[in-house]
Amino acid sequence: MPRLQTAAELDELRAGILASRDAAKPSIAVCGGAACDGLDSAALGAAFAAEIQRVEAKLDFRVTGCHGFCNKGPNVIVGPGDVCYFEVKPEDVAEIVSCALKGEVVERLVYRHPQTGETAVHMNEIPFYKHQMRVLTGDIPRIDPTRIDDYLAVGGYGALAKALSQMTPDEVLAEVKKANLRGRGGGGFPAGLKWETTKNAPEKTKYVIVNGHEGESAAFMDRAMLTGNPHRVLEGLIIGGYAIGAQQGFIYTRHDSPSMARHVTRALEQAREHGLLGENILSSGFNFDVEIHYDVGIFVSGESSALMRSIEGNAPEPRPKYIRTSVSGIWDKPSNLNNVETWANVPEIISRGADWFTSIGSERSKGTKLVSLSGHVVNSGVVEVPMGTPLRTIVFDIGGGVPDGKAPKAIHFGGAMGGSIPISMIDAPLDFDGMSKLGAPIGAGGLLVMNEDTDMVEIARYLLDFLVKESCGKCTPCREGMWQMLKILTNITEGKGRKFDLDRLADLTEVTSLGSLCALGKTSSDPLKSMLRYFKDEFETRIAGNSAARSQPK
Amino acid sequence: MSEQMIDSIIEKYRGKPGAVIHALTEIQHENHWLPREVMQKVADALGVAFSQVMHIASFYKTFSLTPKGRHEVHVCTGMTCHLRGGAKLMEKVAEITGLKLGETDAEARFTLEAGSCLGSCSIGPELIVDGKHYGRMTPERAADVLKQYE
Repeated sequence: MPRLQTAAELDELRAGILASRDAAKPSIAVCGGAACDGLDSAALGAAFAAEIQRVEAKLDFRVTGCHGFCNKGPNVIVGPGDVCYFEVKPEDVAEIVSCALKGEVVERLVYRHPQTGETAVHMNEIPFYKHQMRVLTGDIPRIDPTRIDDYLAVGGYGALAKALSQMTPDEVLAEVKKANLRGRGGGGFPAGLKWETTKNAPEKTKYVIVNGHEGESAAFMDRAMLTGNPHRVLEGLIIGGYAIGAQQGFIYTRHDSPSMARHVTRALEQAREHGLLGENILSSGFNFDVEIHYDVGIFVSGESSALMRSIEGNAPEPRPKYIRTSVSGIWDKPSNLNNVETWANVPEIISRGADWFTSIGSERSKGTKLVSLSGHVVNSGVVEVPMGTPLRTIVFDIGGGVPDGKAPKAIHFGGAMGGSIPISMIDAPLDFDGMSKLGAPIGAGGLLVMNEDTDMVEIARYLLDFLVKESCGKCTPCREGMWQMLKILTNITEGKGRKFDLDRLADLTEVTSLGSLCALGKTSSDPLKSMLRYFKDEFETRIAGNSAARSQPK
Repeated sequence: MSEQMIDSIIEKYRGKPGAVIHALTEIQHENHWLPREVMQKVADALGVAFSQVMHIASFYKTFSLTPKGRHEVHVCTGMTCHLRGGAKLMEKVAEITGLKLGETDAEARFTLEAGSCLGSCSIGPELIVDGKHYGRMTPERAADVLKQYE
């Protein structure tokens, strides 16, 4: 593959790929996402490949990233028309292939509503997908992540070509600012403002970084995005690098997901071969390349300054927040970090424009949001909805409610540094500011449904136990404060709660959140605070029970 | 793993002090632990102090300073797995293997590990052996899975 020299050559290449493809030709996409992989979709993919070869079937077959409907895996989507099959086994393969060739449907494998028994054949009729708006994830079932051609076929790198050939870096930045794209990693800070800070920083050498660490427990959407469509994230990063004036990008991701590492590495190679990375990209004079780095297993390395230490090759200890990484980050150079989902939004903003982007979402939170839906919920997986969607839609219409006839009790957002709200607040919209006010900030977007049997005191203890193990130990409020909170909570769960425990907890939460260096310590008590706000009676009852039991004569 | 393999990994990063994590990660993936002599070699070749290598090796959880068993048994302790009975699964796996968290048995068959979150929440609780995921795991089925690994 010769390097592409101009935007016109890219268009030509794309036109050639599209001309060689027939939209009416049957296609089969097997999901290779994290959950499907755990349900042995690899064996299923091998069975399909063998069968297709055996009958010499004329159809497009690909193993793709996550389709989203994880608990019904392994998932298979047959085109044209996006016929969805669930819980597919290798013995179903022959029938699926022969029906796909004839344009027929294998009725026994389509979606069946667990209560009503109603069936739905096509993706847009299935409740789990019907209520979603899959702007970022919609292409994933159409893409083999190891083939750049598949990404080009869905319009990939068109936004980069547009930015480089028709827009100045300032115009790209202005568009992102106008779109009011807010960081998807947790804080919801406007990405455009962050970019501008790095752009305006005096140093010449600047870096841009994809945070694909995703350490938040019960969050798995960034992995799905980066594994399933790595080129999209990369395209966003290159555009960002152009706008900011960076020469070097980094993708920081997990070491424990082999397919993600493989796909990202392959994507970087292909982008280089095509001249979409390297010197003088598409003859624009812009030079940019990207390195991949791995987290080696500690939660705090997802924190921006700690992550940058890790890229430098050091232990990931965060720095105080008054040193802004956007001005002084990796090797003390201005470094702009955004998470996977934020970068994935960029190409669409450039190609469709900020006005299109701001037409989706709520007043202050624009665009769509990826949510990892799990816990006590019927349909679990990666969900994408417009910002502002009521939680009820996510939990009930998409998620199908709570299984086993139980009642829902709480919704937890944001993993170990998030918060829980009672189910009575289920009509609250998914919105950065709204959810923060309620005490359950969206965080990266891990949404956990908890049923009536959930013991909130135990959950508070569990979350702190997790954080205590993940604290880097550099600053005392975090290292010691969390430990003391954990001790008290453990006592309560073990029946040794005492009268003033809740006051002591309140003190500790305050000190730890004020005194800690980084977000890990600062927000470590957020779940506890939200639980004391909404479920205080559970703590009080438990402590009262403890004291009563103690005063009983033995 | 042969000494040769380790040396070839270290050679790739000779003179690159910023690549300590890369070198250690590759050695860990191949050798499953980091012997002291190997860390010394890394320090010498990359041109960093031994204490710096030790700092990194002891900080990141992926690195092991002791030999591991032939099979790494991993119970996901992420939030969803926890809600769905991950703690009970852990208890059972600990009982079957006779190990506490982080321990390796005398025959070096299993090393018991925990961690979160591996992103397969929809099929939790999960048991992972040598990187192979076993979803929707119950304490009852855990013994059958572990039997397959000698």
